[in-house]
Amino acid sequence: MALQPAVTDLELLKERPAVACLYSELPQALQAAKFDRNELTLWVDPLQLLEALRVLRGSKAGFEDLADITAVDWHPSEPRFEVVYSLLSYQLKERLRVKVRLAGTDPSIETITSLWAGAASFESEVFDMFGIRFQGHPDLRRILLPDDWEGHPLRKDYPVEGYR
Amino acid sequence: MATIDQLRSNPVVEDRGLDSTMILNMGPQHPSTHGVLRLLLEIDGETVVRVKPDIGFLHTGIEKTCEAKFYQQVVPLTDRIDYLCPMTNNLTYVLAVEKLLGLEIPPRAMWIRLMLNELTRINSHLVWLGTHALDIGAMTVFLYCFREREEILKMFEMVAGQRMMTSYFRVGGVSMDLPLGFLDYIKNFISYFPERIDQYSNLLTNNPIWQLRTKGVAVITKEDARTLMLSGPTARGSGVDWDLRRDMPYGGYDQLEFKVPIATEGDVYARYLIRMEELRESTNMVRQTIERLPGGPVKSDAPKVVLPDREAMKTQMEALIHHFKIVTEGFTVPEGEVYQGVESPRGEMGYYVVSDGTAKPYRVHMRSPSFANLNSIGVMCEHNLLADVVAAIGSIDIVLGDVDR
Repeated sequence: MALQPAVTDLELLKERPAVACLYSELPQALQAAKFDRNELTLWVDPLQLLEALRVLRGSKAGFEDLADITAVDWHPSEPRFEVVYSLLSYQLKERLRVKVRLAGTDPSIETITSLWAGAASFESEVFDMFGIRFQGHPDLRRILLPDDWEGHPLRKDYPVEGYR
Repeated sequence: MATIDQLRSNPVVEDRGLDSTMILNMGPQHPSTHGVLRLLLEIDGETVVRVKPDIGFLHTGIEKTCEAKFYQQVVPLTDRIDYLCPMTNNLTYVLAVEKLLGLEIPPRAMWIRLMLNELTRINSHLVWLGTHALDIGAMTVFLYCFREREEILKMFEMVAGQRMMTSYFRVGGVSMDLPLGFLDYIKNFISYFPERIDQYSNLLTNNPIWQLRTKGVAVITKEDARTLMLSGPTARGSGVDWDLRRDMPYGGYDQLEFKVPIATEGDVYARYLIRMEELRESTNMVRQTIERLPGGPVKSDAPKVVLPDREAMKTQMEALIHHFKIVTEGFTVPEGEVYQGVESPRGEMGYYVVSDGTAKPYRVHMRSPSFANLNSIGVMCEHNLLADVVAAIGSIDIVLGDVDR
């Protein structure tokens, strides 16, 4: 299975049901899309994340389950952070990755615990490791590290050995 | 002495009366928390009102460490996440990197991986069954389970030289071929193992005490299982008909025949029955892999990625150069990102690997099943009896190394 080049043309990707569904319901929310290594990624406007996920979760798109939330730090480029939501569809037997880009200064995004209650612990972990705030989160505090820990270790400007 | 009326009228003294609750701290050293889980329990008499897990005691920053290692150096780190199923962790990671590279592995390596991965599931389920029964008070089962587990650990030692932290899988195959006599050993094991499952089952399944402690206890509804992001036997016990091995096959599972046990009750007993059935299915799958194991190489022909054989390295200059390059500089991986999900004994184990085109991963994230399954602790324990908390924790088969990473 030799690697195929990634498809990033939105017009070509509109044939995919998830892209088509989001485009018809919330056209201004979809910023970009990529199909690479058999995996589909959508970039969504951070202000419309909750709405976009609600559309994708609906019966038309069918991505009813959330598998994972994490983040990537692209320091020093801006926008610095990407929060990554891995959606899963039991009916389609497919995965979909939804991403939002966040700026480096005071990164924050709406919580999605109203859609998936289980997202709370994953969002706490992203807060703990990257310092990204989730507005409306029921109990946003450090989950893995001690409460008095300084810094957010998975940021790229945090040394691997930690501060000494 | 102040009367009750005087106390009530005084705003400083709060009348807690008879309906007050207390906070009970359970763990992190409690033996029934399967590691270092700390639970803060608000109890009203014998009833749990609220429960809050406190995790992170075993956090070792593996995700950060991965970013400082070459791709091949990450494999031993993955063992240490979920220490009861090292092979599944290895498999998830190497599948993710192979997907990034677009690398195919030879059929023999694929079948060896399947065989060991299912043995790992049996190993993990045996530890779960033994400790879960021990928590609830059935002590005998523990010894029987660990007797059979010892045999599986011996097999791991035969293939990898290590009993627990195997690090046997490699990007592009497995580290070396199976040793002589291994197949006879494993054939012998699976010939008597189904009978042993019956033995465990005879001790528990129809045991009235076991049923009283597990039936109708710590119920999770199907809707809760989905919004709380549960997976694996924990979700299947609540009627979620989903198994990645069957529904999104990876690493050759589409070539195996197996059933996915489902239950709808959602209680501890249902999750117990599912894992018992999975033990039988996994034994069948190991049998199929032995019957269909082909010959041939166990590493793919990709000299820039896969270390050469010792023989080739000592006789061919090119092989020696490749060996030197991979060990000192690693191998580069084309830019991109993948998410690889695998059905681990506990549920969906997922690796999200981002490459920036260098020899070290830009980001490795582990979606660990125990971390997600811990979300269910609230619905399982709240408004139930304190004594059922240990049954609930055991029934989601939690591994704290997997939670904390």
